[in-house]
Amino acid sequence: MADAGSRIMTTPPAATAPLLRRLGETHRAPVAFTIDGQPATALEGDTLLTALLLNAGALRQSEFGDGPRAGFCLMGACQDCWVWTEDGGRLRACGTPVQPSLRIVTREAPWPPLG
Amino acid sequence: MAAPRVIVVGAGPAGTRAAELLAAAGLRPTVVDEGRASGGQIYRRQPPGFRRDARTLYGTEAGRATALHATFDGLGPAIEYLPETLAWNIHGGALYVQREERARRLPFDALLIATGATDRMIPLPGWTLPGAFSLGAAQIALKAQACAIGSRVVFLGTGPLLYLVASQYVKAGAQVAAVLDTAPPGARWKGLPLMAARPALLAKGAVLIAQLMRAGVTMRRGVVPRRVLADAAGTRVAGVAIATPDGGEEVIACDAVGMGWHLRAESQLADLAGCAFDFDADSRQWLPRADEDGRASAPGIYLAGDSARILGADGAEIAGRLAALAVLKDLGLPAPPGQDVAALRRQRQVMDRFRRGLALAFPWPAGLVASLPDETLVCRCEAITAGALRQSATELDAPEMNRAKAFSRTGMGRCQGRFCGIAGAEIVAAARGVPVEVAGRLRGQAPVKPLPVAALADDASTLEST
Repeated sequence: MADAGSRIMTTPPAATAPLLRRLGETHRAPVAFTIDGQPATALEGDTLLTALLLNAGALRQSEFGDGPRAGFCLMGACQDCWVWTEDGGRLRACGTPVQPSLRIVTREAPWPPLG
Repeated sequence: MAAPRVIVVGAGPAGTRAAELLAAAGLRPTVVDEGRASGGQIYRRQPPGFRRDARTLYGTEAGRATALHATFDGLGPAIEYLPETLAWNIHGGALYVQREERARRLPFDALLIATGATDRMIPLPGWTLPGAFSLGAAQIALKAQACAIGSRVVFLGTGPLLYLVASQYVKAGAQVAAVLDTAPPGARWKGLPLMAARPALLAKGAVLIAQLMRAGVTMRRGVVPRRVLADAAGTRVAGVAIATPDGGEEVIACDAVGMGWHLRAESQLADLAGCAFDFDADSRQWLPRADEDGRASAPGIYLAGDSARILGADGAEIAGRLAALAVLKDLGLPAPPGQDVAALRRQRQVMDRFRRGLALAFPWPAGLVASLPDETLVCRCEAITAGALRQSATELDAPEMNRAKAFSRTGMGRCQGRFCGIAGAEIVAAARGVPVEVAGRLRGQAPVKPLPVAALADDASTLEST
């Protein structure tokens, strides 16, 4: 199990402005979950990717040190959208429905910068 | 004699029509679907609780989408449906599947592969930035989540999806900064004689473009993209830089870009089944060999839909039926009444003429790919540069993609080369001065997508008993 406290913060927090923009279907029930220890809200039926990118500017830091990543294909083909959970698990965000129990880490960067 | 075991992989237009026909013939096919519900990507359904109607979601294709969904839902117990299930290997006459942490081995007498396609990608510098997505992703965000990929979106690439997604964004109230098509202005006319095979679809395309023009969306053809630009912090998309005729650069500001160059066939399973592949010069990609009904070169393997030939959704429905009829014929079973194979084959030929027309009208810009700068991250999974790939092809003398992959790890990451493989072959070919088909194609490897280790552990204990 990963100890979040032991990871080194080598990058500034990813830009926090949300990446996606919600255009409708806002009648759905809210779902509370956690991003980087902070409470966040999504709607029932959101994928974890949608939920995260409506609250943040990235999903994770590339383990090859080339900066933040936010997914790419949204159809389970590119594998770019995996995210860390606080207990060290990994989830493919585009195919995982958001759930109240989810505690996601996006800012930790245990990877050395590229080059 | 036990009933033949027939498996259909994929529940999009091809898989649905195949399953329908096999069930009508009295078989109970197993349908393996990675999605949560049938429809595939183009007719993907929104999650429960969403309220938009079919017209909003699927536009002019609403009737086809709802008919397809209704057909699949109506099959009920006539099929064995395995949703949220990954088909990850074929070996010894069996398909290996996994759902959550459980793996299963499904022996088959006939396997019909209808796994669709993904966007064909150019790894443009900056394509890994948050805010850069595939065109398919841009459409899924809207269709399945009612979200836009940004507040001011550029669509970049070529192919019908470029204009379709842009028009869907405009209709949904998103701001589209520009539609940038890399196809030369005259290319459309070259494709027209073949595309005239489907005049109704051609007219739909013209309407889409007219709608974008009326909405005042900037549209350019013959665009030479240079890179996706980052903001000052390097953390998200801030624009797209394109070449100007005088050798300079023009920047189109945006906070998101949806990019794609038509589609690439999702053909790994055919590869694992031992099917022969041929280089298709029209689309400039390797495709599994199949006869006019979808029989692959490997016995018992059938191919339908975009994973065999990029015929689009309507073509996939026809190909799904044809492949199912081929399965029945080869198993010595009668076709359900009312099936006209000759008519289906003629319709498929029309679709194929249109496909070749599209390839001419929206060509893959091979030269642009071959000349990507050395610092470009070609492999987004493992951050491998174009320079490293070139070096593997020249200094290390890799003659083709699989050797270049071994030297550079390009294509060895989690996506298994889905997003870098086609561009990588162009880079290797150009670096060695050979035609792109000489650089070959990345071989499929099992598992075709990452699996939880727990699934394989479970696999060992359950495989023998199933």
